Amino acid sequence: MTKTGDKSCINLKLKVWRQKGPDVKGRFETYKTRDVSTDMSFLEMLDVVNEEMILSGKDPIAFDHDCREGICGACGAVVNGRAHGPEKGTTLCQLHMRHFSNGDTVVIEPWRSRAFKVVKDLVVDRSVFDEIIQAGGYISVNTGGAPDGNAIPVPQAAAEKAMDAAACIGCGACVAACPNASAMLFVGAKISQFTLLPQGLPEAKKRALAMIGKMDELGFGNCTNEAECEKECPKEISIENIARMNCEFFKAGFL
Amino acid sequence: MQWDLNWFICTLRSSIGKKLIMALTGLGFCIFLIAHLAGNLTIYAGEDAFNSYAERLQALGSLVVLAEIGLLFFAVAHVFIGAYLFYENFRARPERYLIKKNAGGRTIGSVTMPYTGLFILFFIVLHLIDFHFVEKTDQTIYQIILETFSNPGYAFFYIVSMIIVATHVSHGFWSAFQTLGVYNSEYMSLLRVMGTIFSLAVGLGFGFLPIYILFIS
Ligand code: SF4
Ligand code: FES
Repeated sequence: MTKTGDKSCINLKLKVWRQKGPDVKGRFETYKTRDVSTDMSFLEMLDVVNEEMILSGKDPIAFDHDCREGICGACGAVVNGRAHGPEKGTTLCQLHMRHFSNGDTVVIEPWRSRAFKVVKDLVVDRSVFDEIIQAGGYISVNTGGAPDGNAIPVPQAAAEKAMDAAACIGCGACVAACPNASAMLFVGAKISQFTLLPQGLPEAKKRALAMIGKMDELGFGNCTNEAECEKECPKEISIENIARMNCEFFKAGFL
Repeated sequence: MQWDLNWFICTLRSSIGKKLIMALTGLGFCIFLIAHLAGNLTIYAGEDAFNSYAERLQALGSLVVLAEIGLLFFAVAHVFIGAYLFYENFRARPERYLIKKNAGGRTIGSVTMPYTGLFILFFIVLHLIDFHFVEKTDQTIYQIILETFSNPGYAFFYIVSMIIVATHVSHGFWSAFQTLGVYNSEYMSLLRVMGTIFSLAVGLGFGFLPIYILFIS
């Protein structure tokens, strides 16, 4: 047990966005939380706050989470104006309370975008990302015997870049951080991971047109090359992938 | 794939298509800025050099008119599509953040893009009234410049305007290439440096003119 006054324990003031449902008006509520261990993750801190709220008969703060190790893309909130909090290359579940100081006010808001409807409190509906993937984020492979792993030569550099793009966990921080709520980093990464590999080439044109068409239809904003997404992406995906997507789109649309 | 007009227009109407038009027209203005700056640099060579440059430019006749029509067409596209993108981007986030911090990607140029753009539109209209559509029968263009800049208020306004143009270009230049799909990171860093140099050249090259004319020449 950690005691009050202990250096590894901090007291915080939380300002949390509370919204009962998608069509209800939300507002900020302030909670004081005491004796937060700095070894906790941000989500564990919220767990502790929620436990107390449940015990006192209040509605706990709803937030998304699953793996809690930065690989699933379920978690995420804007903390003090930064998507996934202030640390570089981390998801919210990997953000530790040691990055906060005693007495800090922590403002917690959901991803805000017309395309991401708030479901409840900090939970947003990111199924629009699934729609974009369904539109073309796949390759078609005929069933049959498993092909030999090395039958298709892939240059090492291309494999690396494709792997970097494939690191996207679909968390939506890029949309949240973008001043225009644009989804182009996500779509750029998803298009690049296929385009860079020979297996992705047969459907490249169809894929670019379908995914970008879907993205436009869903009400995301337009990229103005601010590069905020790249800075906030927990997987540090480069905007180079947006340029590659543009290139793919021109090839598909004009050639 | 068969080429037809509908297809072409569909591509241009998409998010990336609109960005493409912004990038191409923007780069068109960059080329114009280079030509304009190169011409204006003759001011540093003295009154005669500048007047003879202006005369030779006029002598090109229909070529100049053609370029002017092209620029007007570019300006209309750049302004209207820019305004529409601004509106769409505003609409994409109906509920704003209580706190939103810069994560390190944005620059002064990129944050102010729509506002510097609007200001430049206003400046260009004034600039055309002052120097392009002005009565030139009984005075040379150099005399007009001298007279206009001898008003310190105007000289100050001009210098501020040039700083704003440089700010707009500092984001616009590399951003156009990013939109055009330059995904090679080595080229990209080079283009970023070139963008900075270009915006400094524009800001200093034009912005220093009133100071030179009033105090040095
Ligand atoms: S590109 Fe990065 S920020 Fe955007 S969804 Fe993928 S992992 Fe998240
Ligand atoms: S909970 Fe899986 S990435 Fe955070």
